[in-house]
Amino acid sequence: MQRTDKIFRLVCLLCALPAALLLPGMLLQLLSNSAEAWHTFGLSFLWSSEWDPAAGKYGAWPGIAGTLLTTATALVPAVPLAFSAALLLTEVPSWLAKPLSHAVDLLAAIPSVIYGMWGLFVLAPLMQEHVQPLLARLPGSTLLLGEDNSGFGFLTAGLILALMILPYMCAIMRDVISMTPPMLREAAYGVGCTCLETTRDIVLRHGLRGIIGGIFIGLGRALGETMAVLFVVGNIMEPPAGLCSCGTTIAATLANNFAEADGLQRSALFALGLVLVVMSVGIQAGAQYYLRLTGAKRGETI
Amino acid sequence: MNNPVKISTRGLNFYYGDNRALIDNNLDIRANCITAVIGPSGCGKSTHLRVYNQIYRLYRGQRAEGTVLLDGKNILEPGVDLPDLRRRVGMIFQKPTPFPMSIYDNIAYPLRLHYKLSRSEEEGRVEDALRRACIWDEVKDKLQRGGPALSGGQQQRLCIARAIAAEPEVLLMDEPTSAIDPVATNKIEELLPELRRRFTIVIVTHNMQQASRISDYTAFFYKGRIVETDTTAKIFTNPSDKKTEEYITGRFG
Repeated sequence: MQRTDKIFRLVCLLCALPAALLLPGMLLQLLSNSAEAWHTFGLSFLWSSEWDPAAGKYGAWPGIAGTLLTTATALVPAVPLAFSAALLLTEVPSWLAKPLSHAVDLLAAIPSVIYGMWGLFVLAPLMQEHVQPLLARLPGSTLLLGEDNSGFGFLTAGLILALMILPYMCAIMRDVISMTPPMLREAAYGVGCTCLETTRDIVLRHGLRGIIGGIFIGLGRALGETMAVLFVVGNIMEPPAGLCSCGTTIAATLANNFAEADGLQRSALFALGLVLVVMSVGIQAGAQYYLRLTGAKRGETI
Repeated sequence: MNNPVKISTRGLNFYYGDNRALIDNNLDIRANCITAVIGPSGCGKSTHLRVYNQIYRLYRGQRAEGTVLLDGKNILEPGVDLPDLRRRVGMIFQKPTPFPMSIYDNIAYPLRLHYKLSRSEEEGRVEDALRRACIWDEVKDKLQRGGPALSGGQQQRLCIARAIAAEPEVLLMDEPTSAIDPVATNKIEELLPELRRRFTIVIVTHNMQQASRISDYTAFFYKGRIVETDTTAKIFTNPSDKKTEEYITGRFG
């Protein structure tokens, strides 16, 4: 090999290495800093709901459950919205698609703290005055929604998150859909598919890997999003009592408590951080594994 | 051979935006015959073919004028049932286009679009289509595997099976062997005489030998016009137009 090529290779390796080392390094750091909490509470830390700094008791369940609930609440409206928007952007003529595309992309440029403020001053009052009274009239709603009527809580946080992750998911889905080979679309129409059938059975299946990838980009962001959630989730250390009840998420708990924490509480917060990273990585890895399992049936070679 | 006319085209003009790609095409496609459409690149062969199943309607700015009668009914009129038209007029593309699903579902999917079949009827129709496309023996043990995982030549025969499964009346083939190897090409050419018994076939080809080997009638296109159309034997032995003669003898194209 040429001498210059060797040097080039080395430089590239040195640049790539930090990325590979970052995740294990971070996990180790979180693990060593949270050792005290794991030692004190054991695995029951994961399902204990108690969070009482005065008594020295800490449990991760309010944070874990709150994080999962806000994320799920965000995905329910965001996935169909992003997919429909992506479909429209690939089908309409470019004089309409271009400005619409930019509008969606620019949603991603709004800082999360602005979403938080908007949630606090606009969405939460709106939820309190109009949406929650309406929801409360549904039969059995107290079971599903909880008895809170403050305008804050998981539903509001989830809706804000949905707006925040929408542009990422939409951009990826748009690119995936536009990469469908024109001849494959023609073949679908050619056997007598309608537009809906072509989209649902051919375009969606052909791009499934990319579309699910797009969903998981949004999901990863929703899991860890802190600032916007902090504003509207209510910030009480209770596991969810319903969709409209106040609570917390892991990220919000960390941001709220880290500044004045020390000793066991600090360790418990590191343990929470570790849980968040493991959840996030675990979900991504699970998705990849599932896609690989089902990929063969769709005829993917990778 | 004097079969009835299946598709009768009169005064067909086609436009890509302002660009006129077909000029006053008149052509009769006879039932249960193979009609080859030949001509140099960009002469309008594929464009003409794409009018028969109205696939160009997917694209803004593409439009056709004139009359194209399929069994006496003009398919250019608004209000034509497109899914049904495309069931009756199936299409095979230049490159294989297997759907992103299993081999079995590739055939069963169009069946389910158009027919209500029991499970066993469906299985029978799938097997029958795969047999008629001469690919059954190669795939019968892996029907649940993905269609796109087959080789290129197998994929193209899978697409032929898919096209014939829904019992079309006409098969349009747009250079069906241009992207696959000679052995696979042979296999597909060997299929055609058998397919002709049940279907009317229109095939666009760049390959002069292929046209003369397999077709009953030939239409020669040049710059959007149909220069000459006749029996294949006549076109390849004694063409009446000078341009046709120059093209089939390889002097241009």
